[in-house]
Amino acid sequence: MNAAAPPAQAGKPDKPSDNLVEIRGLHYTIGRRPVFSGLDIGMRRGRITAIMGPSGTGKTTLLRLMTRQIEPDRGTITVDGQDLSQLSRAGLYRLRRRMGMLFQNGALLTDLDVFENVAFPLREHTNLPERLIRHIVLTKLHAVGLRGAAEMLPSELSGGMARRVALARAIVMDPDILIYDEPFAGLDPISLGVILRLIRQMNDALGITSIVVSHDVQELSTIADESYLLAEGRVVASGSPAELHANTSDIVRQFMNGMADGPVPFHFPAPDYSVQLLARGDRRRQRRESRS
Amino acid sequence: MRLLRDLIYSARESLLTLGRVFLFFLQLLAYTPAALWRLRLVVHQTYNAGALSLVIIMTCALFVGMVLGLLGYDLLSRVGSEDILGAGAALALTKQLGPVMTALLFAGRAGTALASEIGLMRATDQLSAMQMMAVDPVRRVVLPRFLGGVVAMPCLTAIFIAIGIFGVQLVGVEQVGIDPGSFWSQMRAAVELDDISEGMLKGSVFGIACSLIAVYEGYNSVPTAEGVGRATTRTVVISSVATLLLNFILTAFML
Repeated sequence: MNAAAPPAQAGKPDKPSDNLVEIRGLHYTIGRRPVFSGLDIGMRRGRITAIMGPSGTGKTTLLRLMTRQIEPDRGTITVDGQDLSQLSRAGLYRLRRRMGMLFQNGALLTDLDVFENVAFPLREHTNLPERLIRHIVLTKLHAVGLRGAAEMLPSELSGGMARRVALARAIVMDPDILIYDEPFAGLDPISLGVILRLIRQMNDALGITSIVVSHDVQELSTIADESYLLAEGRVVASGSPAELHANTSDIVRQFMNGMADGPVPFHFPAPDYSVQLLARGDRRRQRRESRS
Repeated sequence: MRLLRDLIYSARESLLTLGRVFLFFLQLLAYTPAALWRLRLVVHQTYNAGALSLVIIMTCALFVGMVLGLLGYDLLSRVGSEDILGAGAALALTKQLGPVMTALLFAGRAGTALASEIGLMRATDQLSAMQMMAVDPVRRVVLPRFLGGVVAMPCLTAIFIAIGIFGVQLVGVEQVGIDPGSFWSQMRAAVELDDISEGMLKGSVFGIACSLIAVYEGYNSVPTAEGVGRATTRTVVISSVATLLLNFILTAFML
């Protein structure tokens, strides 16, 4: 797979209906810094798609754009054929009911215990009897191995446990799409293995489309069906994990092999070191000079 | 020139913020009928804002009443009119001190709790998680807290006034020996229903203002530790100034 290959070349050519999520010509800027400039990505139904890239490339921003938590400057994002920018607030909320999202820190509601956290979407969106809610919640908690923690508060959970509870909450409405934002960050090897297994199991058992954002190459390689590598505001490579590993592009090799310096420089852009060290005046003046 | 430009910029920003707060208030009003179907949430927040503020409100009311009793007695005894201590203190507490002091204490206790709680929920992605679960955080988190504050404030005001009068009585009757019959009868003759209504109206208006400022600041806080801290501080400062300003306006209209 070549660097910067268009998404249609990732594996077999896609029919439009194959992609549950389609991103075309996406532009997004934070302040004066362009985060995405013409991003094209397609995510296929029933597959695990990994979005990878160095820190600061806008992976989490992409998730927020895909769920319309923020609006793009230009470009279209369609989910199951629905253009997000055209959706009314009610339409967006209807669509979100078909999505589950696992936040980086779990984002559990701290005033509710584990059981109530998982039951929260059911209580908000359904009129199911209490017995059925209890049955569903315990089933989902059992699936993530935390049925025994139902009475615990979020503050009593470890990071890995909190993420598993958040996963149970994300699947409680049986979503079509499950979005994971950095699901492996800060986990010990056992918790990491558990989360990896759960992502694969959820995808296969429930037939959902999974989108995983992470920079953990090795972990993602074991579960992803296809991957996109983002850098400099665009897709620099895409394909199966094996194809990405075989890619000879400098930037892909730097990322896949974890090299400290390369096309993605070790140093953040800065004025000349010696000039900055020898410069007189206060920091405000230096900042003004470096800007000019 | 630069000062003038800064002043114009600040005035423009203040007006814009005022407009945003007003729109936020209208949004809360529009959602209020739906909240009545989920009274449990409102009752829970009324308990948080009201019942949990009771100790500080009652303690402060007692001391305010006792100081008012001491100063009032000292002043009135110079002209031989100490019998009207109960009437004067009751009027001061009902029309001014009760609502204003309660609002200031409410802003410091419940207002900061509301702002920091909502701000922390934003900082820890709990509000984003709700939005992703297709649950509107304004309806689910902000509105019950706002209504809880609005319901709690007039009740706290009434309690403050009652405890304050008890404090005046402790000093005036129990300590310095004013005749209790004279104390209570003068009070009953001086305080009319309109005075109590004025106090309760002020309590309600301050409750709306303080709760609105607290939930607005929390909901729009920058999702960082510094942002939440700043929102909490702004809640106390803006609520206090708004209370005193509204008190002046209401007093001017009700004279």
